Amino acid sequence: MAEFKHNPEITQEENLVYKRTDLLTPATLSYCPGCGHGTAHRIVMEVVEEMGIQQDTIGVAPVGCSVLAYEFMDIDMQQAAHGRAPALATAIKRLMPEKFVFTYQGDGDLAAIGTAETIHTVNRGENITIIFINNGIYGMTGGQMAPTTLAGMKSSTSPYGRDVEIMGNPIKITELVAQLDGALYVTRQSVHTANAVRRAKRAIRKAFENQKLNKGTSFVEIVSNCNSGWKMTPNDANQWMVDNMFPFYPIGDIKDNK
Amino acid sequence: MRELHLMKGNEAFAEALIRAGADGYFGYPITPQSEVMEYLMAEKPYERTGMVVLQAESEIAAINMVYGGAACGKRVVTSSSSPGISLKQEGITYMCGAELPCVIMNAVRGGPGLGTIQPAQSDYFQSTKGGGHGDYKLLVLAPASVQEMADFAKLGFELAFKYRNPVLILSDGAIGQMMEKVELDPQVPRWTNEEIIKMHPWATTGKPPTRERNIITSLDLQSATNEIHNHHLQAKYRKMEEEEVRYELVNCDDAEYIIVAYGTSARISLKAVQLAREEGIKVGLLRPITLFPFPKKIVRELRERVKGFLSVEMSAGQMVEDIRLEVEGKVKVEHFGRYGGIVHTPTEIVEQLKSKLIGG
Repeated sequence: MAEFKHNPEITQEENLVYKRTDLLTPATLSYCPGCGHGTAHRIVMEVVEEMGIQQDTIGVAPVGCSVLAYEFMDIDMQQAAHGRAPALATAIKRLMPEKFVFTYQGDGDLAAIGTAETIHTVNRGENITIIFINNGIYGMTGGQMAPTTLAGMKSSTSPYGRDVEIMGNPIKITELVAQLDGALYVTRQSVHTANAVRRAKRAIRKAFENQKLNKGTSFVEIVSNCNSGWKMTPNDANQWMVDNMFPFYPIGDIKDNK
Repeated sequence: MRELHLMKGNEAFAEALIRAGADGYFGYPITPQSEVMEYLMAEKPYERTGMVVLQAESEIAAINMVYGGAACGKRVVTSSSSPGISLKQEGITYMCGAELPCVIMNAVRGGPGLGTIQPAQSDYFQSTKGGGHGDYKLLVLAPASVQEMADFAKLGFELAFKYRNPVLILSDGAIGQMMEKVELDPQVPRWTNEEIIKMHPWATTGKPPTRERNIITSLDLQSATNEIHNHHLQAKYRKMEEEEVRYELVNCDDAEYIIVAYGTSARISLKAVQLAREEGIKVGLLRPITLFPFPKKIVRELRERVKGFLSVEMSAGQMVEDIRLEVEGKVKVEHFGRYGGIVHTPTEIVEQLKSKLIGG
């Protein structure tokens, strides 16, 4: 292995173009290398930092790979039972309307066991931000089929590929919630390229800013990869995502009622 | 000054919640306790005190709203009836794990399954032994009057915050639906956010630069530290057993026989005691007010000087097991149960007392 040579010049204050946000704790991320969660965490915390609302933000962590989100985000957080994050967020916001409240959920959490909470929370138009990481698979439990697993896609519980005749269809939960009257802003983004990260961050910023309008729920889906669960290298996983996930889960705003 | 009112048990509970300074009620309609939310919606507490009242999409969502509110240090509450309480068990065990205070009222009805809407006491095991997963205990208060429905709303919040633990008020359709006079406490102001930050520094109120972030979770992936957390919880439950036992004794001083009953069956047993005394039978009533902690000590004291216990329950025999544990076979412990929503009559209690304990 080539010896790493540190160039002190590039870390001097005047040469810095980017640094890790202070609102990510020093804890080592528990995510697999190449996973989109780390980037998604970073941009959520960058938005909170840039808006200067650390003291006014309460997050709700899910069950699944991101169950430990509270270990990495330097804000007050609550950890919810599987799928129930929107219910917690509903009460937090109702009881502390001056706070910025968000949930951070995966596809099993939000689109399977928590479908009822997701739909009813958005339908009530709760003035919160929902961040939904969709990687089409159950990561933490070891690569089982998710409600968002694509037709034909292999998982440990659809080892020959998802057969929609037997296993049902993948669900476009984001398009579904966009129809609800309580949804103010619904968008689908990704974090696999620098450009995509910037767009996703703008969407998250908007979703947080929307809480000042008190006009409904903001819902940001981030289509992400799961290189471990998909059994691919990070690069291959990202390419597979572009080739297979994006055609079914197209990137872009779905609803903006602002 | 306490105000005198004539109210249903469910309504008295709801009014007492507002007056106790509750911040939020999150529920889902189910018979026989729907009057709680109906009363709250009609009373507009959000105008009176700023209290939030929200009808959730399910009992599961309701208890998780309670979780979210409790984690902010707010006084939050939910109520339901047996099948709905079963759905809430997930949220209840999470709240115990995360050590969150709240008040939960269960208007017990006959089960299992959808059962009947009539009163029953068949959720005793679920309430006192941990209805969800994991080693946990709820503080369980059993009201026997409309007055206690009101009083326990306030007491429930006090105990919930004292121990950072959910408090269950185990009522039933009879107590909830009956009308009685009730004295209500004056309105207490709701806590301000500043007061909450001071009193409950653990609450997720938003992280200022002056403190570490607050995390509310029941997750602990390390077995070694999870065991320490469980030791801490068990010590808390033992403290409850030492400090929070509540019960009532009626005619027990000279009693040869003791009827043990709580809630609705205690009210009926009181009449049975009177009827038996008129026949010259020396019988008294032990009414547990806390079901957890169970009044173990007084049962052990009584067992030394009485000839037998009769557990009168609207169930197939649940509390009787706790009595037997304390009596340790020293005297007879019998059970008389009606279930499926049927309530005992006082005369049949006297008959059972005679046939099972005195003649038997």
